[in-house]
Amino acid sequence: MESPLYQGRGRIVSRSLPIQQLVDNATRFLFFTGKGGVGKTSLSCAVAIALADAGKAVLLVSTDPASNLDEVLGVRLANAPTAVPGVARLSALNINPEEAARAYREKIVGPMRGVLPPAALASMEEQLSGACTTEIAAFDEFSRLLGDDSSTTGFDHVIFDTAPTGHTLRLLMLPRAWTGFFEHNTTGTSCLGPLAGLEQQRSVYEASVAALADSKRATMVLVSRAQNAALREARRTRDELAGVGIANQRLVLNGLFRASRPDDPIAHALEQRGNSAIAAYAEFLGTLPVYEVALRPHNLLGIEALRALLSADNVAVSKISRVPVRADVPEFLSSDALLDTLASRGHGVVMTMGKGGVGKTTVAAAIAVALARRGHRVHLSTTDPAAHVVEALHADVPGLTVGRIDPAVETAAYVKEVLAAQGAVLDPDSRALLEEDLRSPCTEEIAVFRAFARTVAEGGECFVVLDTAPTGHTLLLLDATEAYHRELGRQARDTIPEAVRELLPRLRDPEYTRILLVTLPEATPVHEAASLQEDLRRAGIEPFAWVINQSFAFTGTQDPLLVRRGTNELPYLSEVTGTLAHRTVLLPWSAEEPVGPSALVALFHSKLTPLANP
Amino acid sequence: MKTIQVFDPPMCCSTGVCGPAVDPILPQFAGFLHQLKSHGVTVERYNLAQQPLAFVQKPEVKSFLEKEGADKLPLIFIDGRLELQGAYPDHEKRVEWSLRCIKEGDES
Repeated sequence: MESPLYQGRGRIVSRSLPIQQLVDNATRFLFFTGKGGVGKTSLSCAVAIALADAGKAVLLVSTDPASNLDEVLGVRLANAPTAVPGVARLSALNINPEEAARAYREKIVGPMRGVLPPAALASMEEQLSGACTTEIAAFDEFSRLLGDDSSTTGFDHVIFDTAPTGHTLRLLMLPRAWTGFFEHNTTGTSCLGPLAGLEQQRSVYEASVAALADSKRATMVLVSRAQNAALREARRTRDELAGVGIANQRLVLNGLFRASRPDDPIAHALEQRGNSAIAAYAEFLGTLPVYEVALRPHNLLGIEALRALLSADNVAVSKISRVPVRADVPEFLSSDALLDTLASRGHGVVMTMGKGGVGKTTVAAAIAVALARRGHRVHLSTTDPAAHVVEALHADVPGLTVGRIDPAVETAAYVKEVLAAQGAVLDPDSRALLEEDLRSPCTEEIAVFRAFARTVAEGGECFVVLDTAPTGHTLLLLDATEAYHRELGRQARDTIPEAVRELLPRLRDPEYTRILLVTLPEATPVHEAASLQEDLRRAGIEPFAWVINQSFAFTGTQDPLLVRRGTNELPYLSEVTGTLAHRTVLLPWSAEEPVGPSALVALFHSKLTPLANP
Repeated sequence: MKTIQVFDPPMCCSTGVCGPAVDPILPQFAGFLHQLKSHGVTVERYNLAQQPLAFVQKPEVKSFLEKEGADKLPLIFIDGRLELQGAYPDHEKRVEWSLRCIKEGDES
């Protein structure tokens, strides 16, 4: 049943299996992981629906802080199983880390209401609002489903649509870290202390670690696209998971495109790019079972669209992909006009934000190169653990420096700094306690946050262009900013670094920081960017512009599938320009891969060619 | 046997590394308690964010919270007597306490 995935120079590079085999051989637990935007949510939904259609009782779980499961399934989900209308035997639930943390907080604070004075309750709640509480509370929920069988009785399959990869891994690695932590921590109060009930949960955590590593019970599905960055991420994940004893892994190549008109330059380039990525990762693809899912012309919203995703039947696909075409073509700002405005102050921070996989790094790199070419001093920095900004800039650009906020490096530096400042005055016992607390999960959060603040502070001197981490993590950082600001009132101001003290005011200053929301012209990334915009506004930060990336609608392609995709973009283009953005720049999908300074800047100079009438 | 009871303000961790900057007095104090414990002193440490029940169960702590609020914590008791409020002990005080607790503890 295998079919060749790509034939390069007369040889078969990789073979793929029909996706139905993944469904037929599903273990009780299935995890979908991969770089942002590869289609984890769509695929996990489609597999869950296929299993339910085959007569199994299925629970679909989202652990993504920026989950879009509600929109995809068309049902309002909560943190308890909710039946999905239109699919018998399928239930879904959403572990929202914020809500899990709120529930956890209430468990501790609730009984004290009416007993302790309101001010004491308020300060308890504030202390229990930190990043560690959120992280731990979410994990608590996650492992309850995985390690406590009674919570999932009645379901034949439990499918996790996991968070973007870095976060997923942290979630998966934590049980090990914590299991070790319990053994070594003898002094009680610690960063893990906010979960006072944690120790009692130990058997549940251990059971969840065991379940993850048991190949009869759990399967890791690495989701990728035929793209270098996504495949590299999948390979990294494979190694990391294998390193913690999780060997039962599969890979799904999603959105595979085959041009039906080889004379169409856009279609040809898209297929070629996919083929060369597959060829480059052929060795990796040969190490595990690979399933293939074709690129679909339609938006993956609603049950029928999801059923059609795995269908080999193209008639079924074409039936659901009719979307009303609007006549009005939206107005876009020219890229040059955007760059002129950004450049006008001579310094400041430009941040690209949005869902994983929309091209934040590429857009940030292109802006950095364009500003440097205008003669400005520019520093390009990334907080995304999976980013490859440096690789995107093979050649040097005068005036441009490139850096990366590496969590491991930042954490090591922060630990060293704290120990250097405090360690000297401490006796060995106190030092040992300090070191122990510094090993806890939230140290990394703090270290990355401080590095982020430091980088933003550099925008006073030159241009700083940042591609921020995936949405959920970015929000945690901003939340932390807010929490710190409340905390500052109580602490001696001189102990707080200036960069941290000034971070929120800088982010709020529209002359200092310009936020670009990057999206693809599709439902999920647009709506996630819209809710990110709301969150930013609540924090007093107003996004400057939206960038719609990788649009097919104005490439002039005549490939039937791409024309339909382009047509399906139009409602979202209108939504962004009409109701969401102050100004919108459209970047068409470019036949030339945006790698290296010239190709990056060329993104801003592509001609917009409207679609031929379909 | 001596007993030292500490009622902390709501904190994330005992050494303060979870905040944006570390106050050196916190790890010093944590280490001090650890030392006392290893000399047989009973150490009870309660964090308002983690063990609020302990605050409620001790009437004088509860009424202190009602009157002064959580901002005026910590409260530190030795053998039930309030020794310090609103601050952690400096070096001098720590020496004094350890002489008292460990010496008397050894005699009893």
